[in-house]
Amino acid sequence: MERIVVYSLVLSGLLFSMGMLGVVVRRHPLVMFMCIELMLNAANLAFIAFAWHLQEVSGQVYALIVMAVAAAEVAVGLAIIVAVYRYRADVDIDDVSTLRG
Amino acid sequence: MNGLELWVFVPVAVLAVIGAGGLVGARNPVHCALFLMLNLLSLAALFLILSAPLIAALQIIVYAGAIMVLFVFVILFFVRPGQVYTVSYSLPLMYSLGALLSVVALGVVLTALYQGGLFHPGVPVPPTAETPLDVAAPASLGVALFSRYLLPFELTSLLLLVAMLGAVVMARRVSREPAGGKRSPEGDS
Amino acid sequence: MQCIHFAIWWPLLGLLVNGLFGRHLPRKLVGFIGCFTVFLSFMCSLYAFVMYLGSQTLGVFAEYEYYILPWIQVADLRLDYGFLVDPLSLLMALTVSLVSFLVHVYSMGYMADDDGYPRFFAYMNLFVAMMLTLVLANNLVLMFIGWEGVGLCSYLLIGYWYRKQAPPLAGMKAFVLNRLGDFGFLIGIFLVFWYLHSVNFTVLREKLSGPTELGPYLFTTIALFLFLGAIGKSAQFPLHVWLPDAMEGPTPVSALIHAATMVTAGVYMVCRLNFLFTWSGFALLAVAFLGGFTAIFAASIALVHNDIKRVLAYSTISQLGYMFLAAGLGAFWIAIFHLFTHAFFKALLFLSSGAVIHGMHGEQDMRKMGGLAKYMPQTYWNYLIGAMAISGIPLLAGFFSKDAILFAAFGARPEVLRSAGAILWAVGVATALLTAFYMFRQMYLVFLTAPRFDEQKLRPHEAPWVMLVPLWLLSVGSVFGGYLALPALFRLPNLLGPFLQRTLALAGEEAAAEVHRAGELLGEGISMVVSVVVVLIGVVLAHYLYRMRWGITERLKRVFAVPYRILLNKYYVDELYDSALVAPGRTFAEAVDQVVDRGIVDGLVNLVAFILGAAGQLLRPLQTGFVRNYAWYIGSGAVALVIILWLVRG
Repeated sequence: MERIVVYSLVLSGLLFSMGMLGVVVRRHPLVMFMCIELMLNAANLAFIAFAWHLQEVSGQVYALIVMAVAAAEVAVGLAIIVAVYRYRADVDIDDVSTLRG
Repeated sequence: MNGLELWVFVPVAVLAVIGAGGLVGARNPVHCALFLMLNLLSLAALFLILSAPLIAALQIIVYAGAIMVLFVFVILFFVRPGQVYTVSYSLPLMYSLGALLSVVALGVVLTALYQGGLFHPGVPVPPTAETPLDVAAPASLGVALFSRYLLPFELTSLLLLVAMLGAVVMARRVSREPAGGKRSPEGDS
Repeated sequence: MQCIHFAIWWPLLGLLVNGLFGRHLPRKLVGFIGCFTVFLSFMCSLYAFVMYLGSQTLGVFAEYEYYILPWIQVADLRLDYGFLVDPLSLLMALTVSLVSFLVHVYSMGYMADDDGYPRFFAYMNLFVAMMLTLVLANNLVLMFIGWEGVGLCSYLLIGYWYRKQAPPLAGMKAFVLNRLGDFGFLIGIFLVFWYLHSVNFTVLREKLSGPTELGPYLFTTIALFLFLGAIGKSAQFPLHVWLPDAMEGPTPVSALIHAATMVTAGVYMVCRLNFLFTWSGFALLAVAFLGGFTAIFAASIALVHNDIKRVLAYSTISQLGYMFLAAGLGAFWIAIFHLFTHAFFKALLFLSSGAVIHGMHGEQDMRKMGGLAKYMPQTYWNYLIGAMAISGIPLLAGFFSKDAILFAAFGARPEVLRSAGAILWAVGVATALLTAFYMFRQMYLVFLTAPRFDEQKLRPHEAPWVMLVPLWLLSVGSVFGGYLALPALFRLPNLLGPFLQRTLALAGEEAAAEVHRAGELLGEGISMVVSVVVVLIGVVLAHYLYRMRWGITERLKRVFAVPYRILLNKYYVDELYDSALVAPGRTFAEAVDQVVDRGIVDGLVNLVAFILGAAGQLLRPLQTGFVRNYAWYIGSGAVALVIILWLVRG
């Protein structure tokens, strides 16, 4: 396997795990959301790397679709966050915990 | 690929990591957004190195250009005067658990790559088609998108439409009226 | 003749119409539909009868079998929804449909004020359909279906006034006891099929007409099991206890089901399977003796009871005993003859008693009646005719049929027990005495003694014409019905005997002729004279006790206190059953309820619920409500999944 591809995949894994850490650790909902986007991009990088490695255009197609879906998801997610936190004083993800068992 | 591209790759990768690190660590959410932007642009460069120019361009236009703008907009929507930003001061358990999780995830990825022949470079991959497509060219992506992947393409466009409608409906400011069949304001959990 | 099954379908149509739409139809229409369908049944039976007669060459009464649709055809078992048209089934169909029709017409008047009018007629129509299925069936299983069907209708109609407390209980009692009998019947059917490989009557008759290698014990067993069914259905001892309780139902029900038709199904069954029963002399003798015993047993109870319908109920049990007595001695056609005449005069008696009850505004206790002859003369005359018929007063129907039975008993010398005939003859004569006595006791108490009620407050009235016309018609049958089979003594023609002979005789004329030949004319004469004398004794005794020396019965009750109490309590049979069977059954059921139902079944269900609840409680802490926790769950779940997949795929 070519080194570029290898390093890209390692980078992808690294970014993904950093994103996962951020999701779990951060309190600001929007920052959480951005970490999710980071994870998505890491996945995209993996796709593109494999597309190059396997000389398949499918990887790029997938990456494209992931991008489109991410866009849609961002739109809806932000709408939700706006709707939830519109009338609140502070923006803290731990505040929306009324569904506790 | 030759060593020259490696010289380009490494700095760009470092930038990407810095961007990610900054995103996870910064206190001010606007700073986080900017770090993410750095990361996204670095990734766009990486896509270029990996011979996916169309995707790189779209990354810049869509992700860095549109999505991040939206993010920043909403962040600023919630800015309060005199707000003090902290990373997190509750649920300390989550720090350790989160670290554990991400380390494990990284370990899994690396091990998988190792088992897939990571450290044995130079194994040739036979071309998958008789006339190998020029993966780099946007035209081949377009051809694939409109022939083999037409259905996902159409569904994605439908998804975008639905998401747009949904976002509009959800984020509306609903005026409160006494009694009389008005939808209750969404959101207050 | 292939149309006789329509006799079954007309009442079913009536059931559908009255059952589904009766509530929305005007009353007159409901009654009309109920009666008219049965009338059409009668017409179909009559038509088939005429066709049958017309198609016979002289002296040969064969059977004609056909089926509507094949039902079960598996290996040996061949069962069709089929019908057997032969003298026996035709006679039964005619009797059932005619008497049913008259009872239906009567009911239009009797049940006129009742709320459940359509329901009544629906059930009655169903009953007629089921009874006709029973008598017209060409195989045991279809007959059993009709058997069960009439049992069901009996239950429904006994418990017709379900809002009261007693009727549903009586209905259940009837059904449970019937079930006991049905158990025997089913075992019998299974045994028949197992050893004889068929349940079709003509096929069985064929198989059993010649010598067979099956042992005599087998036939005895089968016959006794089948007879158990008859005991239950026809209320013979010891399964007779449901019939008096069944009087809780409306009087037309008592008249039709518990006198004229359903209870006779047992007799019909035994006669239909005569070719089977004759293979076991022991079983036949058992039938005869049980019948005889029941006859005198029930008659003795009827002597002291005061409810007008209950006396008639015991009388029915007694008369059914007579029929089994005859059948058990091989005189199957005589049993059917008595069934035929009994249908008429018993229905007449019950319907007349209903007229009395109706006219007395619901009073059923004879001690509170008296002198009704002047208030309801037509009812009185009808009742008198019925009483005379059942007692065996000469020249009425009951005389001929009862006399035929006694004469058959007199001359019978069965192989198994030579003196059986004489014993049973004596029993029959004694029963005739008792019968005459209690019937005329009833006549006096109800109609001919001084009124024992407040004539001003309770004004008895005659029944409406819609109730009286069936009474008169039944009286005609009670008077002239016996002329179908006149005694050979006087060289008078016997129409019925030869008509039924072909079906009811095993090998041609011999079996029946044996009965006839065995009784020389002298014997017949003696028997006849004795029975008439005995009847007159009974009537005179009743006259003496209730008319001439009014009040003497009170002293007699004190003097013979113990026997009186025994009879009044029906020999304590009910109490015996209650303590020996019902109470333990109830205790057992309650124990099962506590241990099994509540303990085990409920316990298991509750355990499941508890486990689920506990599991839920256990998992509750996971639901922290914090989004970040959930995000972590998702992330670790994904990572774990990847690890697992990786490990699995090596």
